[in-house]
Amino acid sequence: MAETSAPRPVHWLPARVADLREETSTTRTVVFDVPDWPGHVAGQHVDVRLTAEDGYQAERSYSIASSPDGQRVELTIQRVPDGELSTYMVGEMRVGDEAELRGPVGGWFVWHPEDSDPVLLVAGGSGLVPLMAMVRERARAGNGAPFSLLYSVRSPEVVLYADELAHRARDGDGLNISLLYSDSAPEGTARPVGRIRPDDLAATGLPHGSAARAYVCGPTAFVEAVAGLLADHGYDPSNVRTERFGPTGG
Amino acid sequence: MGVVTRGFVGRRDPAAANLPPGQYLTPDFPVLSAGPTPQIPLEQWRFTVTDEAGAERGWGWQEFLDLPSEQPTVDIHCVTKWSKLGTHWQGVSLDTLLGPVQTQAGYALVRSYGGYSTNLPLADLRGGKAWIAYRYDGGDLPAEHGGPARLLVPHLYFWKSAKWVRGIELRTEDTPGFWETMGYHSYGDPWRDQRYAGD
Amino acid sequence: MDDSESRYVDGNAVMGMLAEAFHSEMSTATVTCANCGRSGRFADRHVYDRGPGMVARCPYCGEVNARMVRTPTDMWLELHGSTSWRIPVPPKA
Repeated sequence: MAETSAPRPVHWLPARVADLREETSTTRTVVFDVPDWPGHVAGQHVDVRLTAEDGYQAERSYSIASSPDGQRVELTIQRVPDGELSTYMVGEMRVGDEAELRGPVGGWFVWHPEDSDPVLLVAGGSGLVPLMAMVRERARAGNGAPFSLLYSVRSPEVVLYADELAHRARDGDGLNISLLYSDSAPEGTARPVGRIRPDDLAATGLPHGSAARAYVCGPTAFVEAVAGLLADHGYDPSNVRTERFGPTGG
Repeated sequence: MGVVTRGFVGRRDPAAANLPPGQYLTPDFPVLSAGPTPQIPLEQWRFTVTDEAGAERGWGWQEFLDLPSEQPTVDIHCVTKWSKLGTHWQGVSLDTLLGPVQTQAGYALVRSYGGYSTNLPLADLRGGKAWIAYRYDGGDLPAEHGGPARLLVPHLYFWKSAKWVRGIELRTEDTPGFWETMGYHSYGDPWRDQRYAGD
Repeated sequence: MDDSESRYVDGNAVMGMLAEAFHSEMSTATVTCANCGRSGRFADRHVYDRGPGMVARCPYCGEVNARMVRTPTDMWLELHGSTSWRIPVPPKA
């Protein structure tokens, strides 16, 4: 089925910071209020443009973390070394500050709340952000489609939305969440520490050759590795939707 | 002016002096490319100068290293606005490579492994202004920065300093290269802000 | 995994620029590669977007399918590496 969205002009829209939430020591959620926001679909992203007083501009792309909610757009930003926008947005930005957003964009890496098919979400580090929008949208819409989330993360200190993931997993209702620690894990974790492996896919219970749609997001190397694992697990490539963040994942 | 973001300065050094218009100093060395890093085994590497009649003169890797080399220290300016001052290189001057070539050609088309190309007047390769560089900052030129060897022609925007260089064709007519056919300036002098065609 | 060999993103990264220029959602466009003949979504192209312009390469054979440059006054687009682009258009209401 082709995914389409109505064509409409996409321009830079003024946005103001309405709230800030520290997620981890290097990651922060910035809540923007965007008058004229046309709404968005879970999985889409925006381009953010910042302008210095002398007119210098820089822009970067960020996935939307929030499910659709009027004029409100939440972005979860990870600070990357020498990151021109992330250093400012995670370290300096304050409530009331202004920026410009262009979007939402993306018609393929999206999940609509009308969908009832089973879904596999595979996140590498900050690649969790657009997948979290899907998890949140599923809850907001009261959609019971079976969702399996595999979240590959270095260590407990850098887990995004840790409390929220824990309480959503407890609520059950068809959402399964597995944290796959690659460098260090909490005491007593059953799964041996390491990068995502074929066993992790098998543990989701999704059968070989599953028709579940998969969304994979994270650094390019992670996405390529997971695409390979999914192919080995019998996934049809047309059922695998990918979004690559580049080498640093930021 | 529209929206201004309080307190945003960007990756810039406010104390930078003597940069071309629109440029900013960077402490790092960004890696920008149009494709995957070519992997060229040294035993297969060749650099070839081809004149307008098609006559070729080429060097394999060891022959190339045996040529007299220089160690220029130069400032480099990328059209994406970053500049880096006082960069140290080692390479063979184009005067050495072009010296024995008899030509009526006024232009050069530079070609790289991986398909990239760029053009410039032949005069801009001569007179101590350009090198085929194989060492950077005291070490072998890393592949991501154009190794085994790249063109270094620092008086023009750095997209002209073709990475993974494999040859130069001398031509009687100017032939636009990879970015020059896509709206970028044919010459590219950073001091005259010649970024785009028509500037 | 050698991250230096993964210095590309994918078509998702340039959706904003394309949407602004073409008023159309490009991630679902189907591109046919002029070199290997295979078709796939634009969203799956390997995109190199940190240089003077954007280069989108076929994920199967690595050849250039499209190049784009945004200057202050124009969008330059070069598609000779694509045999065709097929862009879904929603039916008129």
